[in-house]
Amino acid sequence: MTVAEPLSAPIELSFAYTRSLGPTLSRFMTGLAARQVTGARGSDGRVYVPPLEYDPVTGTAITDFVDVSDHGEVVTWSWAAEPLPGQPLDRPFAWVLVKLDGADTPMLHALDVPGPQDVRTGMRVQARWAGERAGHIRDIVCFEPETSAGVAPAMVDVDAVTLVTTPIELRVQHSASIQETRYLQGLKEGRLLGQRCPKCGKVYIPPRGACPVDGVPTEEEVELPDRGVVTTFCVVNVPFLGQRIQPPYVAAYVLLDGADIAFLHLILDCPAEDVRMGMRVEAVWKPRDEWEHGLQNITHFRPTGEPDADYASFKDHL
Amino acid sequence: MREVGVVGFAQSRQMRQTTGTTNGVEMLVPLITEVFSDLGLTKHDIGFWCSGSSDYLAGRAFSFVSAVDATGPVPPINESHVEADAAWALYEAWTKIQTGEVDTALVYGFGKSSAGDLRRTLALQLDPYVLAPLWPDSLAIAGLQAQLGIDQGKWSEQAMAEVAVRSRRDAETNPNAQLAGSKDVDSLLAEPYIAQPLRRHDCAPITDGAAVVVLAAEHRAGELAERPAWISGIAHAIDSAHIGARDLTTSPSTLTAAQKAGIDGVEVAELYTPFTHQELLLRAELGLGDDVRITPSGGALAGNPMFAGGLVRIGEAARQIWSGSAGRVLAHATGGPALQQNLVCVMEGR
Amino acid sequence: MKERAAVLGTGQTHYKAKRQDVSMAGLLREAIDRAMADAHVDWPDIDAVVVGKAPDFFEGVMMPDLFLADAIGAVGKPLLRVHTAGSVGGSTGVVASSLVQAGVHERVLAVAWEKQSESNAMWALSIPVPFNMPVNAGAGGYFAPHVRSYIRRSGAPNHVGAIVAAKDRRNGAKNPYAHLQQAEMTVDKVQASQMLWDPIRYDETCPSSDGACAVVIGSERAAAAVERPAWIHATSMRTEPTTYAGRDQVNPQAGRDCAAALWKQAGITNPLEEIDAAEIYVPFSWFEPMWLENLGFMGEGEGWRLTEAGETEIGGKLPINASGGVLSSNPIGASGMIRFAEAAMQVMGRAGEHQVDGARKAVGHAYGGGSQFFSMWVVGADKP
Repeated sequence: MTVAEPLSAPIELSFAYTRSLGPTLSRFMTGLAARQVTGARGSDGRVYVPPLEYDPVTGTAITDFVDVSDHGEVVTWSWAAEPLPGQPLDRPFAWVLVKLDGADTPMLHALDVPGPQDVRTGMRVQARWAGERAGHIRDIVCFEPETSAGVAPAMVDVDAVTLVTTPIELRVQHSASIQETRYLQGLKEGRLLGQRCPKCGKVYIPPRGACPVDGVPTEEEVELPDRGVVTTFCVVNVPFLGQRIQPPYVAAYVLLDGADIAFLHLILDCPAEDVRMGMRVEAVWKPRDEWEHGLQNITHFRPTGEPDADYASFKDHL
Repeated sequence: MREVGVVGFAQSRQMRQTTGTTNGVEMLVPLITEVFSDLGLTKHDIGFWCSGSSDYLAGRAFSFVSAVDATGPVPPINESHVEADAAWALYEAWTKIQTGEVDTALVYGFGKSSAGDLRRTLALQLDPYVLAPLWPDSLAIAGLQAQLGIDQGKWSEQAMAEVAVRSRRDAETNPNAQLAGSKDVDSLLAEPYIAQPLRRHDCAPITDGAAVVVLAAEHRAGELAERPAWISGIAHAIDSAHIGARDLTTSPSTLTAAQKAGIDGVEVAELYTPFTHQELLLRAELGLGDDVRITPSGGALAGNPMFAGGLVRIGEAARQIWSGSAGRVLAHATGGPALQQNLVCVMEGR
Repeated sequence: MKERAAVLGTGQTHYKAKRQDVSMAGLLREAIDRAMADAHVDWPDIDAVVVGKAPDFFEGVMMPDLFLADAIGAVGKPLLRVHTAGSVGGSTGVVASSLVQAGVHERVLAVAWEKQSESNAMWALSIPVPFNMPVNAGAGGYFAPHVRSYIRRSGAPNHVGAIVAAKDRRNGAKNPYAHLQQAEMTVDKVQASQMLWDPIRYDETCPSSDGACAVVIGSERAAAAVERPAWIHATSMRTEPTTYAGRDQVNPQAGRDCAAALWKQAGITNPLEEIDAAEIYVPFSWFEPMWLENLGFMGEGEGWRLTEAGETEIGGKLPINASGGVLSSNPIGASGMIRFAEAAMQVMGRAGEHQVDGARKAVGHAYGGGSQFFSMWVVGADKP
């Protein structure tokens, strides 16, 4: 039994990374907070902006810092007709490499001009500073065409910046495999659908795009009962972020009758100390109207009260 | 050095979007079956396995761990993985064969670029302190590089369009290519920009794909292939990450790799150039004249399976040797922003 | 055909929960600079760089080796990035060794690292994947049931885990780089610590660390310039699936096969007698007896006896994790390389206060994923 279209849903990756800077980048970011762009002079005499942490020739830490202007010249550019999320401007702009006056290497940033006809290599530009600065590359909002001669910025006293925070947000469309989709559809109907590998004959739940032993997809559908045996387990005593059950409770590998592979699930409805290797358990399902495409339709397993399974019957699943 | 030959190659049909998972299993299972069937091998004949892929492309940590299931690794296998294009996995496999520990290796790479927003994802390859927070996407970086070369007279939009036309026309005879057939240069130049100076034809498409290559040493290669593509030289190198501090119109690391690999006399060069101007850059850097056939498969501009694309170039170049249509070929792979990291593999028939 | 290779020098950072005094490049350079000084080499001597690290999500940089190329001296040279889950530090050492053993390079710099404080490892590892039910078991929930299986199978007494934890923490106090410095740790204290994932207690789990470790590996010719290199006698790697029907998750075949290949290559027939010191990847205390069996030092079900007898202490028959091990420092991607480097330091006689007297042959071990990726090496004071 196969399905035509696999189930698919987005993964949202969203996290604010905290980046410690070390001495060189700290100097650069602290400078930005004070409206000052700082570079570093390498042993080759070149002034690198932003500063390199290590000398490109000798490899030693660079310590010769050089303040440069916030005005400079466009070295090359490309046009961002449809800005993407997170980019410096939300209207069309130019990406530019700008060589600041006093620097030998250009830095990458955005240039705010109405259209591609308004940017050219060699044009003079100046930094547009953010009103509130945090010691971050985005303290420079963008560059803009030069309107006045470069002047020494008004020095502002700021605290040393040692850490920057960078939010990263990405969205990736996750697809279940065809085999897994069939299993998920089964769960939506309150059924546990495994599949048998055509080569080794083992029954996998969830079924696999590749039997891990034979490297071929599992095929023949096998409906499994919602009861089985606890092969092994641990008692969760520790509170942690995102936990939804009050400890102590049991996380166990459950081997369904007729399956050749166990999966991790919760054992509830009995004191944690009563759970044993070999204990017979059955699924406790959520109310039918809450069923979705997932194993969470089974809230947990609970003891059936049947006699324990022989150790020998599950020892090869440990 | 031991003589090592490329003896097997399989690649998936390059597609804008596949329905499979991001762990590549659906693409890899048929390819592994195909090379084994072609060569009369089983998994037990492989001494070393090595793959290339990216967790960021898959949007989840350890995506390569699930991919390993496609190999059926029971009993356990001698296996490694690089977080890079699989061409670098091939390099690792080649060195493993050089140690004498193994005689055969299977290399694979996979990527499902359609799952995410590749342009943005690749921004995360840039310096995380001063560049990535601005999210300069892959077209932005390529555009800066292209414009620099245009301003310096190293290439032109016309020459870039000519590359696109040739690539798409070559792809007409490549059954795995995603894009094939092209308008003429004038028509292409009449199209709008998508990231000036780049037009759509200047940029590789978004592609899902995978590839598998089999290497074998000495007599083993001779047993497996009538005319193995013997690796006469393979080398790679990386350039500075500081976009502003390096000359973006050159590729010193490609040149270094080429000098080590020894590229004199190559008749065909499969270059991994996701942007038209990068082909022009590399041809100039490598000194490839009009007598060298460039990327007859159509290359990345006709289909760009990330993290497998470099391995595909090696496979396509090897096929030129197997068929007898060339005696000495060059394959190139790249990784990182604006051709930062480059590998050159030279193969010959004997 | 295989060239001899040796470790010329090693270097490590101080391990801490948060190394917020350095950038990522600064963290790597701290280890690299020490390794290069230890090996008496300079940048022009290095022919290639191999970088190992666990998932890119930890630091939020896609293939961070690319942006680090300048800081780690790789510009103009070959740079390889290895990623084999938790075993990656070891695998990185193996790949770097291969580059020399293949006769491709004279001297290779290998560095493995993790800067967990850039993010939150638990977040990176538990990004909700659609259609996958989170089990709500926490970090140890995956491994603790397997520890229970081991105890059931072997009949080991309950305090064996605590013996390992107390020993490794006391050893860590002899290692200036170790994250946890607990010279006064005892079995009673471990047993009095909170039970987290029964049968695993708080003091039986590894910390979460920032850190980096580097080694310089050289050819026989390069090693001639070094006073006492650590010769690489054997390397091996093995992989099996995370799960499969009938998989032995306590004593995985991949580990057994990897060890068997290792001993064979090193010409070792009785590891317990022939190995003088072992650095084994033990993130939860009970993995010491489990790996003793998996590695073939002890028969199945017997590993705990060596631990219980105190023979894995410094001064015992087989000192394990004289450095304090993963239980004292765990910068994930670097942890395997630290095992490899510490094994080398023992046979080079450079382990300082945690030196095992007269160590001439040592093993470094790493594993990762669901106990499915293994990498190992044997190093010796004598040429192989």
